[in-house]
Amino acid sequence: MSAPLLETRGLSKHFGGVHAVAGLDLAMAEGEVLGLIGPNGAGKTTVFNLLSGFLRPDAGAIRFRGGSLLGQSPHAICRRGLARTFQIVRPFPRLSVLDNVMVGALARHPAAPRARAHARAIVERLGLGAKAAQPAAGLTLAERKRLELARALATEPALLLLDEVMAGLNATEIAGVVALIREIHRGGVSILITEHNMRAVMALSHRIVVLNFGEIVAEGAPAAVANHPRVVEAYLGEEYVAAPSR
Amino acid sequence: MRRVAIAAAVALLAMLPLVPSVFGSYAVTLFTLIFFYGFLGQAWNIVGGYAGQLSAGHAAFLGIGAYTAALLSVERGVTPWLGMCRIIVSNTEALGGAVGYYITFTGDPRQFQFQDARAYYYVALVMMLAVTGIVAWLERRRFGVYLSAIREDESACEALGVNTFRYKMLAMMLSSFLTGIGGAFYAFYLFSLQPASVFGIPLSVEIIIRAIVGGAGTVLGPILGSFILSPLAELARYYFAQGGWHGAHLVVYGLLLIAVVLFLPEGAYPRLARLFRR
Repeated sequence: MSAPLLETRGLSKHFGGVHAVAGLDLAMAEGEVLGLIGPNGAGKTTVFNLLSGFLRPDAGAIRFRGGSLLGQSPHAICRRGLARTFQIVRPFPRLSVLDNVMVGALARHPAAPRARAHARAIVERLGLGAKAAQPAAGLTLAERKRLELARALATEPALLLLDEVMAGLNATEIAGVVALIREIHRGGVSILITEHNMRAVMALSHRIVVLNFGEIVAEGAPAAVANHPRVVEAYLGEEYVAAPSR
Repeated sequence: MRRVAIAAAVALLAMLPLVPSVFGSYAVTLFTLIFFYGFLGQAWNIVGGYAGQLSAGHAAFLGIGAYTAALLSVERGVTPWLGMCRIIVSNTEALGGAVGYYITFTGDPRQFQFQDARAYYYVALVMMLAVTGIVAWLERRRFGVYLSAIREDESACEALGVNTFRYKMLAMMLSSFLTGIGGAFYAFYLFSLQPASVFGIPLSVEIIIRAIVGGAGTVLGPILGSFILSPLAELARYYFAQGGWHGAHLVVYGLLLIAVVLFLPEGAYPRLARLFRR
């Protein structure tokens, strides 16, 4: 196997006495869709914040496309091709949908007219075309999740970190987002996804990593992981649907 | 409807240069103040309105610009036209301590002194139009889009590749530089500088309130704000002073600000624009 797209070694972060992430070794190949799952508080969002530069790790290394991401600011990491979405969506409420996406596009196309054209294409592709001129404040939750995705995509990432982009959506909307993520992946973007919707994440991912108390408790193909006793244990008490294998 | 509004605005603008030849000297003074505060409000708008970084310290930039231009002109004979591109001096000791400063009137245009008050009128008009042109030009470009996005959510900006610190700093630099130019104008319009008035919070309030009442973060908001407030301020100042109520116009400002925040939180311009769009 060639050098991994993303690799962490001994990645650790604690908040007071809580070890949110404890010595995480994670590797992702180019073109992979990796599902990062685990119960609430397992450390998934902390991993995302460490990878995207919003938190500094206490220990460990992060390598992306052959270079270290340690000590890099979030905007620099974005420009190196690692984009993220936020679990709690953060649109620019008073800017139009198009301008929201344009902020992302400007990272690659400094000239405003070109950035606007790219943003428009992405807005259309993600089914927000009819809302392009409207302020983001007026969007429904499903539309905001799409906008979050559109903005991240506009930065033309090599790796996209999706933090619960389906939370709070109904079945139809989830099906739409799953199709969208597949399409983005076909476009050549590697994807690291955390998701509580098991059916969706099992269907999307090539490989699943299960996190609990900041450590990997299981790893492997979706079908194998779903029946792993430690995974069932970690999720005990949670509503859990084992999806059929792909 | 929108075309009509734009045409009316352009026609009004085209008439502004004619004001001095039609109206008396009081109107010239009033309009000079409208333009001057419109200019300052617009300069503040870059960092306070677009980038959403509330600055209550813009009087300091104005004061530095005013003192620097005045001192360079009087002590060194450096023309204020150049002093407008001022040197940053932050130590009041270097300025002869925190004392007032008076400029001897010579009426030499090369020293930015004019016999005719109409000259200040035209300079102020050009300054206001120029800074508004700059803001309008920046608004649709990367700089302007980034600033608006920073106002909305800084973390989201960082995640999208925006170096928020850099853009906030650039906005502050541009805004304070322009405000300093305003200070140079102020010094040579009044010929007398008092630290309490050019460095004081009340002056910052005068600047900020114009942008907020007119509509912070819009191209025409601060200008509209100045057209509303500057005449009001002059009238209030005049009548309150006559009744022995010096400074009572600030109470009017306070009430107006409360009213705007309650009923027109975006300012007057966005409301007006929507009215015409229908």
